Amino acid sequence: MKKNLYATRQNIIIFIFLAIGVLFVGKLFYLQIINTSYKLSSQNNVLRYMTQFPARGKMFDRNGKVLVYNESAYDLMVTPKLVKQMDTLEFCRLLKIDRQAFYARFKKASTHSRHRASIFLEQVSKEDYAYIAEKLYHFPGFYFQARTLRKYPSPIAAHILGDVGEVNQKNIDNDHYYKSGDYIGKSGMERHYEEAVRGKKGLKIVMVDVYNRAKGSFENGRYDTLPVAGKDLVLGLDAALQLYGEELMHGKTGSVVAIDPSSGEIIALVTSPGYDPNLLVGRVRSSNYNKLLEQPEKPLINRAISGTYPPGSTFKLVNALVALHTGAITPSTQFSCQGKSSSPIKCTHSHQSPLPLAPAIENSCNSYFWNTFRCILNNHRHRSLKDAYEEWQTLMFSFGFGKPFNTDIPFELPGNVPTRDYFDKVYQGSWNAMTVRSLAIGQGEILLTPLQMANEVAIIGNKGFYYPPHLIRKIGDGDSIDPSFTTKHYTGIDPQHFEVVKNAMRDVFEGAHGTARYNKIEGIDAGGKTGTVQNPHGEDHSLFIAFAPFDVPKIAISVVVENAGYGSQWAAPIATLMMEKYLTGDVKRKELEEKILNKNFNEEANAEQQ
Amino acid sequence: MRNNNNLLANLDWPTVLIFLALTFMGWVSIYSAVFDEEYSSIFDLSQRYGKQMLWIVLAIVLAFIVMLTDAKFFSAFAFPIYFLILIVLVGVLLFGATIAGSKSWFQIGGFALQPSEFAKFGTALALAAYLGRLNADLSQLKTRLVAIGIIVLPALLILAQYDTGSAIVFTVFVLVMYREGMSGAIMIIALIAVVLFIATIYTQQVYVLIGLLVLFGVALLFIKRHIINIMKLIGLLLIAAAFVLSVDYVFHSVLEPHQTSRINVLLGLETDLKGAGYNVNQSKIAIGSGGFFGKGFLNGTQTKYNFVPEQSTDFIFCTVGEEYGFAGSLIVIGLYLTMLIRIITMAERQRSVFSRVYGYGVASILFFHFAINIGMTIGLVPVIGIPLPFFSYGGSSLWAFTIMLFVFLRLDAYRLNTL
Repeated sequence: MKKNLYATRQNIIIFIFLAIGVLFVGKLFYLQIINTSYKLSSQNNVLRYMTQFPARGKMFDRNGKVLVYNESAYDLMVTPKLVKQMDTLEFCRLLKIDRQAFYARFKKASTHSRHRASIFLEQVSKEDYAYIAEKLYHFPGFYFQARTLRKYPSPIAAHILGDVGEVNQKNIDNDHYYKSGDYIGKSGMERHYEEAVRGKKGLKIVMVDVYNRAKGSFENGRYDTLPVAGKDLVLGLDAALQLYGEELMHGKTGSVVAIDPSSGEIIALVTSPGYDPNLLVGRVRSSNYNKLLEQPEKPLINRAISGTYPPGSTFKLVNALVALHTGAITPSTQFSCQGKSSSPIKCTHSHQSPLPLAPAIENSCNSYFWNTFRCILNNHRHRSLKDAYEEWQTLMFSFGFGKPFNTDIPFELPGNVPTRDYFDKVYQGSWNAMTVRSLAIGQGEILLTPLQMANEVAIIGNKGFYYPPHLIRKIGDGDSIDPSFTTKHYTGIDPQHFEVVKNAMRDVFEGAHGTARYNKIEGIDAGGKTGTVQNPHGEDHSLFIAFAPFDVPKIAISVVVENAGYGSQWAAPIATLMMEKYLTGDVKRKELEEKILNKNFNEEANAEQQ
Repeated sequence: MRNNNNLLANLDWPTVLIFLALTFMGWVSIYSAVFDEEYSSIFDLSQRYGKQMLWIVLAIVLAFIVMLTDAKFFSAFAFPIYFLILIVLVGVLLFGATIAGSKSWFQIGGFALQPSEFAKFGTALALAAYLGRLNADLSQLKTRLVAIGIIVLPALLILAQYDTGSAIVFTVFVLVMYREGMSGAIMIIALIAVVLFIATIYTQQVYVLIGLLVLFGVALLFIKRHIINIMKLIGLLLIAAAFVLSVDYVFHSVLEPHQTSRINVLLGLETDLKGAGYNVNQSKIAIGSGGFFGKGFLNGTQTKYNFVPEQSTDFIFCTVGEEYGFAGSLIVIGLYLTMLIRIITMAERQRSVFSRVYGYGVASILFFHFAINIGMTIGLVPVIGIPLPFFSYGGSSLWAFTIMLFVFLRLDAYRLNTL
């Protein structure tokens, strides 16, 4: 038996064991108790925050016809950090993109965040989705997220409905609801009713394994929220009438606005040339948008609300009302007319002379209205002409001229009512009825939008009041629309004076000399007024405003056809065809309809240039 | 019968209980680590947890067999066992199957056996038998050389199988030799050489040289600044620097690229480069996210969703860290340390040198596995793929550790009979 020489060395060995043990416990204490970043890392590993996008609200016309609905599309998402070595070539082939595009997109996503998912390829169609999704497990780090795209069953009312696009940085800064890659209404109803239509995003937290495969919900979905679908919108629009209006206006530049005078609801709002709203959907949106922006006909401009025109003879009605209201004339006041030799404004219509108010409207006599306007300004109730002008000006604003209605129609222009101050400035203070005589016949500085013209005729049809023109009829399950839309507005004109003007408008159709006598609609009692607007840049603009049925109007309409000639020639047929269609559901004047549908000013103009 | 009763009475039950606790906890952890909802029974033999249960049962049977074997058998047959294992190691090199880059397996049907696990046991026996001889004296060069030979021979064979992790384990016998009288300086020098070698390959030599200079400076502060001491220190520094430079030179200039690469693979450097430390990072996340009490049984997300590779084998400690937290980790570490210290204490009470040296061998091997394995999972030690004793999935290692431990318990139970 050997002596146990080195027994004390056991203590050193035990010490080494314990030292390692203490070292481990220390390190574990640091990892598990002190440093909290590992908890976060483990959550980042395993939790995926999936946004659940709600379906955007649909839009319907006044008869319940679908204007806009949703179609599923899928965004291909990528989390750069999770992407492993992969067959890029195969991947590109699958997605139908080239390698440069792949690297550019991947770099963009990586710059955004390496740990969080961002969109790699937007809006993959349903068909492609099914095919790609099957193979996607070969490519860790990529997954699909369902989205919805707007779809328009009938390519109408593009400007009204508006379009949806990706949010920009400004949108994100203004409203924290939005995250990069979200969609937002960019124009039209989509924009104005964005908050109602967008709904509420939901959040689903799923746990994934190391291959990024979903393994179930986090804590049984305790923190998940369901998306809330956007509210549906019902518009006052009549889809059939809108489509008919767009067809009638095809090949013409201008607009048609139809309002329901009893509510202010817009029944049709046509601008021409227009575009197919399906062009501004999805991945092609920005390229198509730029194409439309560059077209010389400017199809993106909504002429019905941002085109401003001198109202021409249609404006005589308003001047007549002001004159009656201010006592400048009575319905029986007569003025004489020398036809083409009238001064200072010649009259192009041949008719009896002298004549009272009603036939003057029927014949659209320029001399009569020059005299009327002169009488308004030289009213003895006022100390000066300028004071009288100021009253005229105030009454103009009471018709809704010179300012936007500010309802739910984005990009509306105010038009122009020249003010006393304006003329003082332009004419250095010395001006009189003679100086501003163009206003007598709706020329010169006065500018109205077609929407304002339609509202003007709605006012006359209603004999003195209007509801601000608006597009919406109902939000969701009957949320009340903006109360200001349903507030009755009276003009500054005493309602009693409307009778005579309104009746004179019937004579425009019915009278032997009525300027629209050839545009009578069988069986419909209507009132109207033509306008032929001189245009320094070319052919006159053809204007017409009308309402029907006569006693309780259901439709008030304004039509502008640019560079088309007489109001009675193009605008009046279009307006009456629209009214006929709306009120009877059918058009009997097939020959007239045919003539209008086939007329293409724009092609003719192009042909002339070539 | 009297003998058997004595055997049960003399068996060191605390160690047995710790052994049972660790194997049981290991089994449950493996269940968590590879849990599959489709096969949710822990007894499902198609899954690793079911198989591990089978291995545990077989291990207990092996423990019984060991306990029923005459204690003298092990000292008498130490060398035959050792040589048998050497032959098997050579056999593996010739006929073995390659699994995970190591040619260290015998494939028998669907079952793979790893002889290197048993080589540690054989070496501990042989070393104990050799140092138990009356003429063995570790203060003498000859004894040291023979002892080192006994250790290095199987280590080299295992190295040839590209199973570096298992080969490195043999360095731990230094502790045994230190206990038996080898100069402590040799242990320290050997340790320094290993550290320098690994450091040189893992980092750039410049950093290692700077580190040496810093150590030199620190040492200067602590020694008596006597001319001879300083000269000795400078001498040490120069030898160390020369060592580092020659390792680096050989490694980068003499060896062909594919050879360098092979060494890198051996050291786990190249797989680590590929994964960029992925394993360790995920392992630290798993353990770190456990917090104080852990996420609970089967609730470890890192564990359940396979974020940590090799989790049922080399990285099994992650499961403990994540699902049972700091508290659970503390218990496991406590169990290991208690077992280690218990074995050392028991070794010291042996009357025969053979039993004592063998006990130290067992303790050292268990300690090395414990230190490297857990150290690796918490990022203190480079990734060296060796199992956590009794815990990790795998039949070979469980059986080898069980036989090794129970042979010692058998020797301990017999210790009073040697008079």
